[in-house]
Amino acid sequence: MKTAIKLAYRNLIGAGLRTWLNVIVLSFSFVIIIFMKGIMTGWDYQAKTDMTNWQIGGGQYWHEAYDPYDPFTFIDSHAPVPAGMLEEIERGEAMAQLIVQGTLYPAGRMVQVTIRGIDPAQQVLQIPTARLDTLTDDIPALIGSMMAKNSRLNEGDYVTLRWRDAAGTFDATDVIVTGIFATNVPAMDAGQIYIPLDTLRAMAMLPGEASILTFRESERQRPGLPGWKLMSKPELTREVDELIKTKQTGQTVLYGILLLLAMLAIFDTQVLSIFRRQKEIGTYIALGYTRQQVVGLFTVEGSMHAVLAALAGAAYGVPFLAWQAKVGWTLPMEASEFGMAMAQTLYPVYSVGLVATTVLLVTITTAIVSYIPSRKIAKMNPTDALRGKLQ
Amino acid sequence: METTGNIISIKGLYKRFPMGKDVFTALHDVNLSFGTGEFAGLIGPSGSGKTTLLNIIGSLDVPTQGEAIVLGRSIGKLSPRESARLRKESLGFIFQSYNLLAVHTVYENVEFPLLLLNLTASERHKMVLDALEWVGLSPKIKSKPPQLSGGECQRVAIARAMVKKPLLVLADEPTANLDAANSHHILQTMEKLNRELKTTFIFATHDEKVISYLKRKIYLLDGRVDNEELTEAI
Repeated sequence: MKTAIKLAYRNLIGAGLRTWLNVIVLSFSFVIIIFMKGIMTGWDYQAKTDMTNWQIGGGQYWHEAYDPYDPFTFIDSHAPVPAGMLEEIERGEAMAQLIVQGTLYPAGRMVQVTIRGIDPAQQVLQIPTARLDTLTDDIPALIGSMMAKNSRLNEGDYVTLRWRDAAGTFDATDVIVTGIFATNVPAMDAGQIYIPLDTLRAMAMLPGEASILTFRESERQRPGLPGWKLMSKPELTREVDELIKTKQTGQTVLYGILLLLAMLAIFDTQVLSIFRRQKEIGTYIALGYTRQQVVGLFTVEGSMHAVLAALAGAAYGVPFLAWQAKVGWTLPMEASEFGMAMAQTLYPVYSVGLVATTVLLVTITTAIVSYIPSRKIAKMNPTDALRGKLQ
Repeated sequence: METTGNIISIKGLYKRFPMGKDVFTALHDVNLSFGTGEFAGLIGPSGSGKTTLLNIIGSLDVPTQGEAIVLGRSIGKLSPRESARLRKESLGFIFQSYNLLAVHTVYENVEFPLLLLNLTASERHKMVLDALEWVGLSPKIKSKPPQLSGGECQRVAIARAMVKKPLLVLADEPTANLDAANSHHILQTMEKLNRELKTTFIFATHDEKVISYLKRKIYLLDGRVDNEELTEAI
């Protein structure tokens, strides 16, 4: 094996430009696969972190009727905060939100919104609810930047808000936008308006009630609460996992095409080698190699493209990947249009496992592609090979 | 020249090749033996069977019928691994078109057979330098075959064949691509190695220059031994 590696290395280096062209194509595969997978890992990490910080905390209790995808459930999805959670809310380790369906009338237009009653003093989520704690006589409201853009609202603007209370009566009032925040979590921005919890409770005639309870601590085993559904962090981030998995499947096609191109080059080189180097093959056999050993030599030679590609890829890939990890990859389109927690700039995250798996995958694929045409050598007649007679 | 003991014994050897629906018999009932240190040649026109016989002796091919015993091993009964081992350890080959590894240097070409013998780097280094000195190519150690003349390439091939000091060297038309001066130089080199190292040389040739150096001439015609001449006591 050591001899085969030494010979294969000499043959490859001796082949010059042909080798380096293959190596460069293959090294692109390495770098692009690692980069794209790094982006996915980074996105996954960023999405979950942002969701944790802005939306789900360490997990939530949902009122049993609450379904975030069905606003009609909001009418019934409220209940008094369970006694077991009050102390935790008091300590600032949990927070309650009351969710009511409403309509906003910015500049005469009508926009369906979810009104979220939230404690201005909460510190479980990163939503800047302190902006709701003002001295104004009006009802303060907080909105996300996407919502502000879509409804053309600015800080200080008054806007009419309509809602329906527990008795089924519609009511309306003007609220003042006291803050606009930017977040990567569209679920907390698009179509959402935040007002103080106690204000909303009074408006909806639901004193002491809430729709969801968000807690900070995700590690602790939590008891079930009657009338409430416990939603753990993994359950709440499952959609992100599934979406990323879908994206990864799409990317696998891209990797496949890249690898296919590189493998075609290797395969072509191997086939060409076996036809052009018949005399050499015969010479190896005459000098003491078995045909199987020559097959091994050619397979090692082909596979070594992957090793050289890994080294070449490292030479330009490591600085490139490190630079990307630092500056990130800015999406050419509005990230909010993706409808999920996605930053405008994604920072790739690389792991030893990712690099090792990619190198292994490409090397094994190269070895297989190198072996397939090399098998022909095993059927060669050495005396014909020595004469360079096409077989 | 003195020789001792038979290293090759060929008895009733036939070699047949399928040619479409027919069978072509390349060797008919060949019976020969060669002793250690011989400088012999298989002489004959194209198609006389000399290369086929050389290939069988070199365990690159097997007899269809009969027996070829080389260095105590019956060629027809060797497994691929055993015949590779025989070639690796005991045989050297010199080809008409040199068959050097073009991308390797002169040093690496000569070193190749030693790599297969798993010798240490220092042992290999010494042996390669010795072999290159025998053929007078020490100054060309870093050159690659495309940078050498035909005569120099064939000298590299001789060094490669001789570097492991094999018991038997098989040379197939070694001067066919060389001019007269280079041919004589090559043949003198091989004659010297035969004399000094007691290596057995068997040529396949129809070149008069080569024939003039041979101590034993075996004439083949249509796959049969037609005549044999000794120019020196064996």
